[in-house]
Amino acid sequence: MDTTTRHIKYQADCDPTFAPAIKAIPGCEKLDSCIQCGTCSGICPLSIYMDMPPRRIMNLVRYGFKREVMNSNTVWLCSACYACTVECPRQIKVTDVMYALKQMAIKERLYPKRFPMVVLANQFYKMVRHRGRMNEIHLVTRLYLLTNWFKLLEMARLGIELIRRGRFSVKPDNIERRAELHAILDYEKRYPPTEAAPK
Amino acid sequence: MTKRYTYFPGCSILGTGRACEESTRAVFAELGVELDDLEDWNCCGATAYMSVDEHKALALAARNLALADTKECPELTTPCSGCYLVLNKTQRYMEEYPRVGDKVKCALKDAGLNYTGRVRVRHMLDILVHDVGLDEVRKHVKRPLKNAKIAPYYGCQTVRPYLDFDHQHYPMTIDRLAEALGATPVHFPLKTRCCGGSQMGTLPNVAQRLCYAILREARRQGANLILSVCPLCHFNLDSYQPDIRRRFGEDVSITTMYYTQLVGLAFGMDPETLGLHRNMTWDGSWLEREVLAGATA
Repeated sequence: MDTTTRHIKYQADCDPTFAPAIKAIPGCEKLDSCIQCGTCSGICPLSIYMDMPPRRIMNLVRYGFKREVMNSNTVWLCSACYACTVECPRQIKVTDVMYALKQMAIKERLYPKRFPMVVLANQFYKMVRHRGRMNEIHLVTRLYLLTNWFKLLEMARLGIELIRRGRFSVKPDNIERRAELHAILDYEKRYPPTEAAPK
Repeated sequence: MTKRYTYFPGCSILGTGRACEESTRAVFAELGVELDDLEDWNCCGATAYMSVDEHKALALAARNLALADTKECPELTTPCSGCYLVLNKTQRYMEEYPRVGDKVKCALKDAGLNYTGRVRVRHMLDILVHDVGLDEVRKHVKRPLKNAKIAPYYGCQTVRPYLDFDHQHYPMTIDRLAEALGATPVHFPLKTRCCGGSQMGTLPNVAQRLCYAILREARRQGANLILSVCPLCHFNLDSYQPDIRRRFGEDVSITTMYYTQLVGLAFGMDPETLGLHRNMTWDGSWLEREVLAGATA
């Protein structure tokens, strides 16, 4: 059995397109000015659960270590509380960098299978695209059916309480002008970013 | 003079956060503030849409801004902190990044909508405390809540990353509001600490740990009530107390409610009108037992 692994990363392991792609997204442009002070990791209420704290992610992103970043659970633990964005002494919008990484991971399918945060984001996205509004009960049901349907049983207590208190809305809510919404969301399909969009 | 605002309810309000809307509408009606509903509004996209596609997330939220643009009052307000942040961020990013803003405007125009940029997104807490004013609130207080000791919980997205109306690290808006109602706010260092948000559904052990810290700290500071702003914060702090007790082996039970519900109680409104019976931690005798008992003496 081959147990010898290389721990030192070579520059050849990096993806030179990674950092520029992230920095092109609004809010991520100041990534290079990071001084690695660790304020983001210190303030993050979820960093204790992360395999790599936000400070390391910032550094790995700007030097192109895409595989390492995409294999970490860090971005999927970020709850977008914006504490890091507010505290960063270099005004880096760390939360926006996390969002940019989530977007890239979802587009390129670089995430652990059935990872609940990804399933939640995808199901939310589909539901709102279809109906224009989100129904919490439907969303949570879909989440558990796709990840761990045992959880549905665990949720029974909460479900009954919600029904009893009139907070359980079964009927999905639709907006009236769904075609208008679809036209807005499909804009990029009609005018792909490479082509000049009409003014 | 009646004040008028365009009102965006948000998806949670139609389901688990029903009490938030009931109490908000009751209190604002009492104060003579008109809430003009935004017709055919759509979901703001919350944190999930931004995780999938940036342009679509901004365009989705911007449809609401374009709808609000046609209204007489350009001030758009919402009771949910998540919606407040998303709408606010969309509006600011469209201005800050013209390349992004132009594309979103093109997408709106393509669907027959127009966004001029005159809309301003306001938090309802800001409107209550700064537009209506605490003097006006005091005038309506019929039942001063002398024995209520309040841990004001602002949550993340009310104060971060934008906060136009208060201090970002130690906000005092709810504290001052509570004082105006006769209640006593306690020193609460975790007032802007994250509750875990939607992680309660995806990683319950993580989110319950965060809520556990908040609930325990509130009790430790001597509070008998946590006031929250956002439907999701309230849901997490209110509904999971039995689970948290089981997981951490410590009783952290404490009454939680929306700040608008407390305002309504001080105004002498009926708990049912304010949707208090919908809160998991509400028991009918709380007001008599904890707040009104001995208050007149």
